[in-house]
Order: sequence, then structure tokens, then C-alpha cells
Amino acid sequence: MSGKIDIDKIAQLARLKLTDAESDRLGGHLEQIIDYIDQLNQLDTSSVEPTSHVLPIHNVFREDKAVKFADDDVDYLAGSPANNQGHYEVPKII
Amino acid sequence: MHSKTILQAKEDLRQKKYSAVELTEAVYQRIDSVEPKVQAFVHLTRDIALKQAQTADQKLAAGEDAPLLGIPIALKDLICTQGTRTTCSSQILDQFVAPYDATVAGQLKSAGAVIVGKTNMDEFAMGSSTENAWHHPTMNPWNLERVPGGSSGGSAAAVSAHECLAALGSDTGGSIRQPANFCGVTGLKPTYGRVSRFGLVAFASSLDQIGPMTKTVADSALLMNVIGGKDPRDSTSADVARPDFMKALERDVSGLRMGIPKEYFTSGIDPEVERSVQEGIKTLESLGMKKVEVSLPHLQYAVATYYIIACAEASTNLSRYDGVKYGHRSQKTDNLLEMYMNTREEGFGEEVKRRIMLGTFVLSSGYYDAYYLKGQKVRTLIKQDFENAFEHCDVIVAPNAPVTAFKQKERIDDPLKMYLSDIYTISANLAGIPGISIPAGISRTDGMPVGLQLMSKHFDEESLIAVGHRFQQNTDHHLQQPSL
Repeated sequence: MSGKIDIDKIAQLARLKLTDAESDRLGGHLEQIIDYIDQLNQLDTSSVEPTSHVLPIHNVFREDKAVKFADDDVDYLAGSPANNQGHYEVPKII
Repeated sequence: MHSKTILQAKEDLRQKKYSAVELTEAVYQRIDSVEPKVQAFVHLTRDIALKQAQTADQKLAAGEDAPLLGIPIALKDLICTQGTRTTCSSQILDQFVAPYDATVAGQLKSAGAVIVGKTNMDEFAMGSSTENAWHHPTMNPWNLERVPGGSSGGSAAAVSAHECLAALGSDTGGSIRQPANFCGVTGLKPTYGRVSRFGLVAFASSLDQIGPMTKTVADSALLMNVIGGKDPRDSTSADVARPDFMKALERDVSGLRMGIPKEYFTSGIDPEVERSVQEGIKTLESLGMKKVEVSLPHLQYAVATYYIIACAEASTNLSRYDGVKYGHRSQKTDNLLEMYMNTREEGFGEEVKRRIMLGTFVLSSGYYDAYYLKGQKVRTLIKQDFENAFEHCDVIVAPNAPVTAFKQKERIDDPLKMYLSDIYTISANLAGIPGISIPAGISRTDGMPVGLQLMSKHFDEESLIAVGHRFQQNTDHHLQQPSL
């Protein structure tokens, strides 16, 4: 199973800029873990339904009405690294 | 004073043997004395706690009552608390202050609790030893060279070392039960959906559940009365009536059927762990419980299934840490994409990156069916194993971990070996059922605590509380103390 994982591609999808050393180490670990996970192939699951949620809950609705969430003086942007006049600030996109 | 249980302290406060302020001060004196060795907390909230204790004293003087009035409790540092830091033991959230309380934090405060501080954990609850923590590791109070377990290792160590009367933890694959086991305390993972997850920093949303970590089962029952129940702010919280869990303490357990799953007693289990568990089973038999053998044939696949599902969910949940809305932002920010990638590279520790990578892989195009969908299907088989077993028994009795607390640094470089230390706890999360770990003895080999695990059907925490409490009434394992 070795070599199955394209570490650079996965890191890009995961938005992680790994150092070369990290990439090597994590790559080795992931190969080892995926080899272990591959034991699931011993099981025939062709007629088994997947479980995404353990309880029989489906859509949960509430009335479409605005409700007060917390104190009015809470500044929700206070924790952001950069904000300006009620907006998040980010570096240039294009 | 600091070594009291919640129920003892409640009675003492009512009888005015001491005040809530005196109790809180005694707890902080204990923290000042042992915390340099144990390092159970990320940060303390001393000033706020003393104010909460003063308020509790005023209410007590006025004859008011509330379930936790004046009781010092610690919270795992992934439960949001308005106005104080919630770090998840991660660099990326190190300065994060939540703008609101998690539902459970609000419930504890409304019940009169004094919040002592926020306890250490593996970063984003990813780990089994509280070594993957950005600030510092936590030590096991029974032996400072050993790990407290994880990921709620700070909560377990704080309860064990009497740095609080009780704590809340969270359990995604065993993160309440395994550290409770390693530190010799009681840890209850409720049914998925029993306790609101609103304000719990998400790791794996289909598995995460908050629960109590206490000195006795009776204290866990009391905490469940405070935190259990439907929350409109968490759409996955179950619309199931919350019973009075304290009533379960009075239940007779004779005639209850305990299922012993043979797969939990195979090679790989430490002989001293097996001895304590078998003695625990004998104790339960002496209380009139009937032993039946049950089978959970897919146990061996639980760890593999768990790491697919938990990591897939984690990779999605942790995509929110992008340096925009909160937390750390890299200074290397030429453009938006670079900012995202550098922020996450700098802010996450290695285990978190490993799980994000694994989760991203199993969800990626071409591998989704082979891994993620396969994992969800095997999850169904594991869930069915429990449904079949519970046709023959009321409670499953099993070991909680194959070994006692291992040494610091022993497993940190071998992720797969670390993952396998959760083999006995993970399947309860995959099936969504409740489980509890209660102290069941001390290993004669290494002097470390051994836990007994009880599991029951969805929403039947009462059976765990009834059996666990009766066990503690007839044994003194939970009274054993580390000599710090």
C-alpha cells in the first residue's frame, strides 16, 4: 500500500504548509495508519447501510424568527486578528 | 476540605461547617501546593471564582438552594466560557476569549457552581496522554513520571489531586473514561445527544459528548441532573426527557444481567488489569447480578473505523481556523491563501496536523468510498453488535483500557500505538451508547489505578449509575488516594 498518499496534494487540500521534515514524518505515519485501516477490507459491507448519525434524528427545524443570542454589548469581532468598522480584514485575494 | 465529594460539601455548606469562600480558598491552597507538580490546569480563574463563592455564601445565608451552590468545579479548556480564555491547549486559540458561555458552563453557573479554572488537554482533544498540549503536559498524580491519560487528562488529574471537587471533560473516543481510569476517578460519558454540545469546541461532531469526572458515581449523577437535557441551540441534542439521575442511586441491581464481552479479554490485556476487572465482576455477582457471556465481534475493527470517521470530521471542523475570525494569524501574509496555509502550519501541533491530513485523505476524491464510506458501514456493524448484545444483558462490563497509565514519552512517537490504547472505549462512541469508568483496584505491578468500564443502552445512564454506585458502596477502590 506504500506510496498511496500524495502528501503534497493532501496538504494543499488541507491548507497546511508543511516543512519538508514534517512532510516526510507525517507521510510515513499516514502510510502506517492507512495500512492498519486497510484491515477493514476483510469485511464484506456490500449490503450494509452506512451510519452517519447514531440517533434517529433527521432535520431539526425551528420557527424562522430572529432571537436575541447574547448580551448586546458583546463584540463578536473582538477575537479576530484584524477587523475594521465591523468587518473582518484579510490580505488581498487576487 | 478540598478532598470532599460534592455531596459531602453540599451538606457541610448547608450545616455551615465552612463557607463557600473558605471551601474555594482551600481548593486554591491545594492548587498552589500541588499544581507545580501536576500541571492540570491551563489557567485559573481565581478572582472570578472567589466572587462566585461570595455570591453563593449570600444565597446560602438567605436560605436559597441550588444543586451546586458554592461547589468548586473545573472545566476542560474546550468548553467555552464567556470572558475567560478557551485555548483547547492549542497555539492557534491561545488568546481566544469566547463571546458566550457553552450551554453546560451556563448550566453550572446557574446551578451555583464556582468555576475554578480551565483544565489541560491534548490539543483539540486529539490524544490519549495529555502530552499533545501546547502549554505543558499534565502529570499523573499517582506517579508524576506517568501520563494522566487523555484527552481530558487535566480534568482527571485535577479531580484525583483534589484541585477541584469535580470537573467536566469531553469524550470522543474515550477521553473521559480512559483518563478517569488512569487517575483513579469516576468518569461518565453520557449517551450521544444527552448533553448539549453548544459551546464545546468541535472535534468530531458525531462522536463528541460532554460528561462529568468526579470522585464518586453519586456526584456524577448530581452533575448529570444539571447538564443533561435537550438544548434548542444544539440540534443534535436529543429530545428525550431527563430523568432524576439521583433516584438511580437508590435502585436495587440484583437480578440485572451483566454481559461480559469475550473479545475484551484476549491477548494484549495487562494481567493486573484483568485481575482487577475479574474481581470487579465477582463483586457485582455478589450483589446479585447475573453474568452472561456476550460477543462484540467487530471490536477489532473499532480503532480503524474510529480514525476514519473522527479524522474526517475533524478535518472539516478544523477548517474554521484560518486566521480570519479568531485566533492566531501568521505574519507571513502575502495573499489570502498563503495566510491560511502559514497560519495553520504555525498554529497547529503535529498530532492535529496528522489527523487533519488523514481526514482530508479519507474524504478526498477517489478515496471517499474506499475509506470514509467503508468506515461508516463498519460503524453500522459495530452499532449492531451492541444492539445484539443488549438483547441478552442490561449492562456490559469490561476493562476500560488494556494497560494502566503508561510513562511520559513512551508512546508519543508512535501514533498507532497511542491510538490502540483507546481500543476498549472507542466502540461506545461509534455506537453512541453511554459508558462509565469506575476505580476497580490498584495494579500490584506498578501501583497505578485500574478502572472498570460499564456500558448500557442509549439513554440508560441510570443503569450505569445504579450499578456503579452500588459497586462503590461495597468497595473502597474509589477512596484510594495518590500520595502527592
